[in-house]
Amino acid sequence: MERKLTCIICPRGCQLTVSGEADNLTVTGHACPRGQVYGINEVSNPVRTITSIVRVANREDTMVSVKTAQPVPKGAIFEVMSLIRNTTVNAPVKIGDVIIDSVYGTQVIATKNID
Amino acid sequence: MEKFDILIAGAGVTGGMIARELSRYQLTVCLLDKANDVATGATKANSGIVHGGYDPEPGTLKAQLNASGVELLFEAAKQLNVPHKRNGSMVCAFAQEENHIIDQLYERGLENGIEGLSVITGDQARELEPELSDKVTKALLVTNSGIVCPYELTIAAVGNAMDNGVELKRNFAISDIAKIGEGFVVSAADGRKVQGKYLINCAGSFADDLAAMVGDKFYQIIPRAGEYMLLDKAEGVRVSRTIFQTPGKEGKGILVTPTNHGNLLTGPTATEVEHGESTETTGAQLAYVQRMGAKSVPGVNFRQVITSFTGVRASVAGGDFIIKMSDKVDGFVHVAGIDSPGLTCCVSIAKYVLDILKNAGVQLTEKENWNGTREDMHAFAKMSIEEKNEVIKNNPSYGKIICRCETVTEGEIIAAITKNPVALDIDGVKRRTRSGMGRCQGGFCSSYVMKLIAQHTGTDMTDVTKNGAGSYMLTEKM
Amino acid sequence: MLNHDIVIVGGGPAGMAAAVAAYDNGVKDVVILDRDDDLGGILRQCIHNGFGLHKLGEELTGPEYAAVYKAKVEERGITVYKNTMVLDVSKDRVVTATNRDGIMQIQAKAVVLAMGCRERSRGALNTPGTRPAGVYSAGTAQKLINCEGYMVGKKVVILGSGDIGLIMARRMSLEGAKVEAVCEIMPYSGGLTRNIVQCLEDFDIPLYLSTTVAQIHGQKRLEGVTIAQVDENRNVIEETKRFIECDTLLLSVGLIPENELTVQAGISMDRITSGAMVDENCETDAEGIFACGNVLHVHDLVDYVSDEAERAGKGAANYVKNGSNKTEYIPVKAVGGVRYVMPQHIHAQPGEEVSLFMRVGQPYGKVRLTAKCGDKVMAQAVKLKVAPGEMEKLVIKTDKFADLTGEITVTLEEM
Repeated sequence: MERKLTCIICPRGCQLTVSGEADNLTVTGHACPRGQVYGINEVSNPVRTITSIVRVANREDTMVSVKTAQPVPKGAIFEVMSLIRNTTVNAPVKIGDVIIDSVYGTQVIATKNID
Repeated sequence: MEKFDILIAGAGVTGGMIARELSRYQLTVCLLDKANDVATGATKANSGIVHGGYDPEPGTLKAQLNASGVELLFEAAKQLNVPHKRNGSMVCAFAQEENHIIDQLYERGLENGIEGLSVITGDQARELEPELSDKVTKALLVTNSGIVCPYELTIAAVGNAMDNGVELKRNFAISDIAKIGEGFVVSAADGRKVQGKYLINCAGSFADDLAAMVGDKFYQIIPRAGEYMLLDKAEGVRVSRTIFQTPGKEGKGILVTPTNHGNLLTGPTATEVEHGESTETTGAQLAYVQRMGAKSVPGVNFRQVITSFTGVRASVAGGDFIIKMSDKVDGFVHVAGIDSPGLTCCVSIAKYVLDILKNAGVQLTEKENWNGTREDMHAFAKMSIEEKNEVIKNNPSYGKIICRCETVTEGEIIAAITKNPVALDIDGVKRRTRSGMGRCQGGFCSSYVMKLIAQHTGTDMTDVTKNGAGSYMLTEKM
Repeated sequence: MLNHDIVIVGGGPAGMAAAVAAYDNGVKDVVILDRDDDLGGILRQCIHNGFGLHKLGEELTGPEYAAVYKAKVEERGITVYKNTMVLDVSKDRVVTATNRDGIMQIQAKAVVLAMGCRERSRGALNTPGTRPAGVYSAGTAQKLINCEGYMVGKKVVILGSGDIGLIMARRMSLEGAKVEAVCEIMPYSGGLTRNIVQCLEDFDIPLYLSTTVAQIHGQKRLEGVTIAQVDENRNVIEETKRFIECDTLLLSVGLIPENELTVQAGISMDRITSGAMVDENCETDAEGIFACGNVLHVHDLVDYVSDEAERAGKGAANYVKNGSNKTEYIPVKAVGGVRYVMPQHIHAQPGEEVSLFMRVGQPYGKVRLTAKCGDKVMAQAVKLKVAPGEMEKLVIKTDKFADLTGEITVTLEEM
């Protein structure tokens, strides 16, 4: 297996090539060790932080922004989005309040205060 | 079915001004338009010039109505509190061989009975307009002419007509006209019908279609597109007069003019197009507008363009206005081929149509309580700080700015949504208040405007449109 | 007429940081005037993460970053006038503003301009075609979706690959829209690599470089766009034209500092940045009027906005406390591949080290950036890769300022 990636650790944007199998990956094209780690993670277990919004049911035309407290597997993005879309909350909401508990080992939390 | 004495098809500047003139009298009048607002056809997108009257061929209806129309127009604009300015104009020759055209225009102006014309040298012209091209060799100076905002004039005329009892029906796309004993039954595509004793055809680009519906199509509308560029207020100071070019080998000239709101406008091109709704802009024509605009005023910075647009004039072969009672169908009045100087002539055309109706036997008995003035919709902006504070105290919405670029308050937007003829969509609010007309072109204010429209029309945000059915802004509430 | 020591125009990241810094530098009578109903400015609609890594050492979303500074403003008891729009700032620092209570005038000892920027509109692009609904600037769509909770479309083309365009490509995709393409008229993207990877590649959205929207179609609602490649002069190549069906076109084609008030006040402007000309304390040529954040020049990261605003706030506080100390200035000029440098001039004897911020005109690989005065090297740095989308910085140490004459130039040298 071989995959080409653009490293996003710094603005330099090294073109990485990751090859090998799951527990034995090698990275080439990186200019620093951080790029090597990025390349391996991005192939073996790519994760993303998801940010979105949730409607505040008891406030007119009000949305609260939310995020996953930790990154979730990249492949689960749309599944998590669908959970978020089907959620509403009631104000008051504080930054860090748990909006959805237990999503791929983390939580969806509020990123905005709604009084 | 609702019955009226007079039906007017088309709420452009001509139909609107006819409606206002008719509203003086004890008549029931209904104005029909196929769009979601008034002034959405040729009226919306033209140069906004009150022409001096030197241009039309002597002896034509255009020459006659232009000569009488200028003062009538300024008077109406004043009564209706519509921005207007007698800024004067100049027609410029750019080569010795064009100089004789200036003399011809001057002679023609005298023949048409126009006052305040003079022929000046290129240097004299540049003294008056320092940014004018050094290539200008001679110019016709016109002092009676000016500028007026065409859609605001129409909105005000229709609003004033409505305040005086005229009814406006929107989204009334005429699909059939049936002649009955005394009058007409006019049907809309959506099934609505109205009846009227007289039908005045002010349908602009669609005037020939309407004429065909009554079996009296003796002319064909030739839709002619004109493309324009509107520039930021920073450029609005380049010239104070409207600068025309003599018709030269590159075709009819492109004008450069300040607008009533301080922007700079340049255009129009003239291309025959398929139909009245062919209002797209094209790269080639806009490039032409830019090149020819720069010919008159080389210093114009075209990086300051804030928008470009196309208007379609409803011309006819022969070039003169067609305004007459139908020879074939009693009670059907043609008002067709109203291209330039149609805006200038809108009041004189309205009075001319009144004479036609009078001659046809319509009783014109004046109302006792007719009020020809309309409240100034831009009054707030002109007030002193003390006056503004008084207004805000009574109505705090005037303290909240919605459109930052043009400094439009929430109070003004609510007025546009609640006063005759009410704005039902974003473009309607824009034409009435200038919200979204400025540099950011609605980037900041459009979501606020949508909210206000939804609130005041009792609809959902997702029902708010840009300019009527089909032009939805939002697809879903999340 | 009210009186306040420092009036801050705008309560976004720049305004908030400036207010806090002014307060912390000893001037307690600071007021913020903001046109919106809450502090935070554009950060309120930037719900994505990536803010604060440099400044706060953690990765936050826009609203969270705003909340950090809002808390600082509140802790200090700084007065905030919300829903208040400033109409005029005079050269002698009378600020005129309006809100639902009426029009107020404040005589300030110092003013900090922090109005932010706006997006370039379709009109400014002169894109031919019709004018249907469904053409939005990316930020307007972002506000409608993230703050109002309304979707703007289902099939989307995005023009411009700056960060806002990229972020919106992901946002629309997450909400179920199909993003057909992102077109970029330049041969390179103006966005961060990270955003290209996580906003486009993650969702299989194609990025077409040297490509523009050549025509807009549709009478009522957008029905599609014609895209086309452009030549090196950015002219459309006719034979590459192709139609893409879509109901939405988002424009992310540049940001323009919102300097109406600055220009009205008669302050000297920089033609390249479209912001005021300032010194190292962010003071304009109108004494006691400072400018910072995106109204001064468009920044790549909010972290740098906060830094700059702190300099402006501190500068304003020092001005209120000590009055003007305008000594001689040394002009700072960008040369060659460097497009602009901020500040445009610095005191001949500044009290502390001075940072110069710059942007390059096009992407380069390894370069050396040098600030020189005559033959004297003031500061120098080697960068592995530079791009117009990212701001670069050189720091001049205080000891370098002894006996300078002439101007400082900043140059770029490919290595």
